This record gives sequence, C-alpha cells and structure tokens, in this order.
Amino acid sequence: MIKTVFLPTPLGLAGVLILGILCLATVLVWGLSKTALPVNWNELRQRVRSWWFMAVFFFLAVTVNPVITIVFFALMSFWVLKEYITILHTRRADHRALVWAFLAIPIQYYWVASHWYIMFLIFIPIYMFLFIPFRLVLCEEIEGFLSSSARIQWGIMIFVFGLSHMAYLSVMPKIHGTLASGQSLLLFLVIVTEMNDVFQYIWGRTLGHHKILPKVSPNKTSEGFWYGILTTTVFSVLLRFLTPFDFFGTMFFAFCIAVAGFFGDVVMSAVKRDAGIKDFSNIIPGHGGALDRVDSLCYTAPLFFHMVAYFYY
Amino acid sequence: MSDLVRIIFFVLIVRPLLVFFIGLRVRGREHWPLEHPFIVIANHTSHLDAAALLAFFPLKDLRRVRPVAAADYFNSNKCIAFFSRIFFNILPIARKNIGRHQNPLDGLREALEHKETLIIFPEGTRSSSGEMGPFHTGIAHILKEFPQVPVIPVYMSNMYKALPKGEFILVPFICEVNIGKPLFLSGTKDEIVQTLRDSVIKLKGEAEW
Repeated sequence: MIKTVFLPTPLGLAGVLILGILCLATVLVWGLSKTALPVNWNELRQRVRSWWFMAVFFFLAVTVNPVITIVFFALMSFWVLKEYITILHTRRADHRALVWAFLAIPIQYYWVASHWYIMFLIFIPIYMFLFIPFRLVLCEEIEGFLSSSARIQWGIMIFVFGLSHMAYLSVMPKIHGTLASGQSLLLFLVIVTEMNDVFQYIWGRTLGHHKILPKVSPNKTSEGFWYGILTTTVFSVLLRFLTPFDFFGTMFFAFCIAVAGFFGDVVMSAVKRDAGIKDFSNIIPGHGGALDRVDSLCYTAPLFFHMVAYFYY
Repeated sequence: MSDLVRIIFFVLIVRPLLVFFIGLRVRGREHWPLEHPFIVIANHTSHLDAAALLAFFPLKDLRRVRPVAAADYFNSNKCIAFFSRIFFNILPIARKNIGRHQNPLDGLREALEHKETLIIFPEGTRSSSGEMGPFHTGIAHILKEFPQVPVIPVYMSNMYKALPKGEFILVPFICEVNIGKPLFLSGTKDEIVQTLRDSVIKLKGEAEW
C-alpha cells in the first residue's frame, strides 16, 4: 500500500523538478547578487519571486482537479483578452460585439469540459468568425468596421481558442502503453515554453550582440534566440518522463516549442508596439502583464496540441 | 438599515466587480484624505465612476459620502431614485427648472456643514467620447464659501469603454483611477475652475492606461 503511494508518478516528479529549478534559480540569484556584476538584481529577485508564485499556483491548478484546471485556463483567457482589448483602439460601436467576445470564453471552455472536440475546434474559427462581423453591422457604424472585426476575431482566436488548447490537452486520456497523459503533456508544454523564455532571456542578456528584430523587440538578439533554442532542446531531455516520445522525439518537440515560443513572443511585442505601449500591465511584479507571461504559450499551445494529437491520439 | 444594505452591496457586488472583473488600477492612493469632509472632483464618463470612487472609502465612512447627482435624471422614476439613494447615497441637485428663490447648491452647503464628503463631477454630465467637457462653476461657489475644505482631483480612464452612456452591459476594460494631491483653492471663480480642470488634465497625462 505504502509502496504505491510513494511510487513516483510523472506529475509528482515534475513537481519535484519545478521545485528544484526554482530553488536553483533563487540560490543563483542570491549568490550572484553578492558579486560586483553590473546587473539590476532587484528586478531579477522580483522575477524569481513571481516565478515561485506562478509555478506553485499553476502546478496546483493543473494537478488537483480537472474542473479547476479548466476554470484556471478560462480565467487566464479572460484576463489576457481584457489586457488585449484595453490597449486596442476600440470604437463605441464595438461594445456589444466585445460582450460576445467575452461570452465566447465560457462557451469555448464548456466544449472543453464536455469533451466536445469538434465544437472546441470550430466554434471560434467558424461560428464566432461569422457572427462577430454581423453583430458589428447591427450597429451601422461603417467606419473602421473591418478593422474592428479583424481585431476582435484575432483576439478571441489567439487568447481564447489558442489558450484553450492547454485546457483540452489536460483532459486528454492516458496514452496507451506509457505513463504519459494529457496532464503530463500539458506540464511538458508549459515547462518547456517557459524555460525557453528564460533561456532566451539569459543568453540574450549575457552573450547577446546582434539584434534580431530591432523594430519589433529591441531586447531580442540572435544569440539569445539560437542559444535559447539549443539549451531548451537539450534541457527537454530531462522532461522525457512526462511524454510518450523517444529521445530524439522529445528534442524534436522541444525544438518546435522553442521556435514557436519565440514567434509568439515577438508577435505579441508587435501588438504592443502597434498600440504604443511597453508592457501590457503590471500585474506580475518584474514581468509586466499576464499577457507578457503567456505570449509564447499562445503560439506553442495550439501547435504542440495538434502535433501530439496527430501522432498519438 | 440602508447603511447596512449599502455596505453589503459594496462588499458583495461593487468591490469584487471592480477588482476581479474590471481589474481597477489605482495611482496616488496615498493622497486620499482620512479626515472628512473633503470634495472629490473627477471627470465623468460612466455610471461606474461614482461606484469606483465610493469603493475607495472605508465601509464605515460610506454613509457620510454623497455623490452629487442630477435630480432630473436620478429622480426621474421612483425605482432609480430608490436604488441610487440606498446603494449610492446620492445627493440630488436640480439641473433644470430652477425657481428664482431656490439655490441648487444649498444641499451641498448643508452636507458640508454636516461634515459629509462630496463627490462632484463638474462637467455636469457623462461624456460619451471620453473627452473632458468644460467644468461648471458651481464647484467654485462652494469652494469660495468653504476654503478650508480640501479638493481631491481625480482622473479616471477607460470607464466610458467599460460602461458607456446608454449601455447597461459591462465590458471588462482595465480602468485606472489617478488620484491627485489635495488642493486648497482661492481666487476668482474662473481661476478656481481653471485650476481644477488643469489638475485633472495633468492626471490624465500621467495615467498609464
């Protein structure tokens, strides 16, 4: 009896691993801040502290109970969609269409909770896509109509449809013949995506010289990008126990996540630049807005989900 | 009794709505006075404005805070009048059809004498576009009579997007409340009004959202 309780499950192991990474980061930042390196240690300390909160919160949200997981991602969609529409230029006539954009969140997550795969896949790309422009037309405000329908549709595609893939991943069943389940794949996806963000940031700060997309994201460098991808790909091998992949398969999936994560990051930077702001808000100390933290996930989640679904489900 | 109803309304509905649904931001909270009475003046774009400002007061102080509101709108039907009195403790003043011997500001004087804090929107109406209109001079009359009462200028952003004039469904835009330093004003009516409007415009410039 006791033996089965203490048998390490993939989820438990992942928890231990996350704890280890956080402890390592805390000790590293504490140790290095004693040296004379010219770095803003306060910002780093703040970032690490925020990581502790986010990691613990996320880990509990995705492991304790499937309903909690779905509600957690629904709230995440709600919050980032709100940050997104707040920075947009919206017209008075968009009001009712925006109400529907927010109503799409509970509906989309209902399809997840009821395992209604087809509706989950088509509700936003088809039904909302057809409905939002019609709702805007009812307000009879022609000027800026196309731009409004495009902005609203883009927002619900990326922040509701895109992020909801993480919730759907969490309700996917165990993969036959392995210890991997939807939940463990979700942990793999999120840990690899976030570690990739961290690696790109660290390499960019320490070795970065050549700017990669200076107009969109002035702090991103080629060195950060390439070394980040390399580190993420190698690091992912540690997480193989969460997946049904073989050794090279794990590295391949991690490589795809790393590249897509970078895409998400710079696409969201472009959205911010277009709106004329730097951070989406300051809800997470040291990180900026919630959107600044999940920007890469908006790209990696749907991509990883459909790759895994193609090969394993 | 109505004080208790109002406290329950703010604890269970207004505050959760502002914090979790809207995600209200505050800057300059340290400028908020602890002593009553004082006068809060703010730009006005939405029905959310008064609720958001009232939410900054400790619950026990709610009964001595009076948002000044147009009688022709809020007393136009019994239902609105009842709820705005119970939930928001409004102080209705006449905007229209004022007789020769009535002074619409008498209610404000009386409230200040009873050490009640006032919330005043000097534009006199909600702006649909978010742009600030000219200020009415009523506030200056009051300030000239009560020079010892501090005025807190406030600028609120995005409220008109979250709940515009003529809408009843809320859309969660992140809104920000920028609170300025307390002012003690003197001078002519026009100078007072100009200073107040400038200080709100200055807060608008400092707003992050």
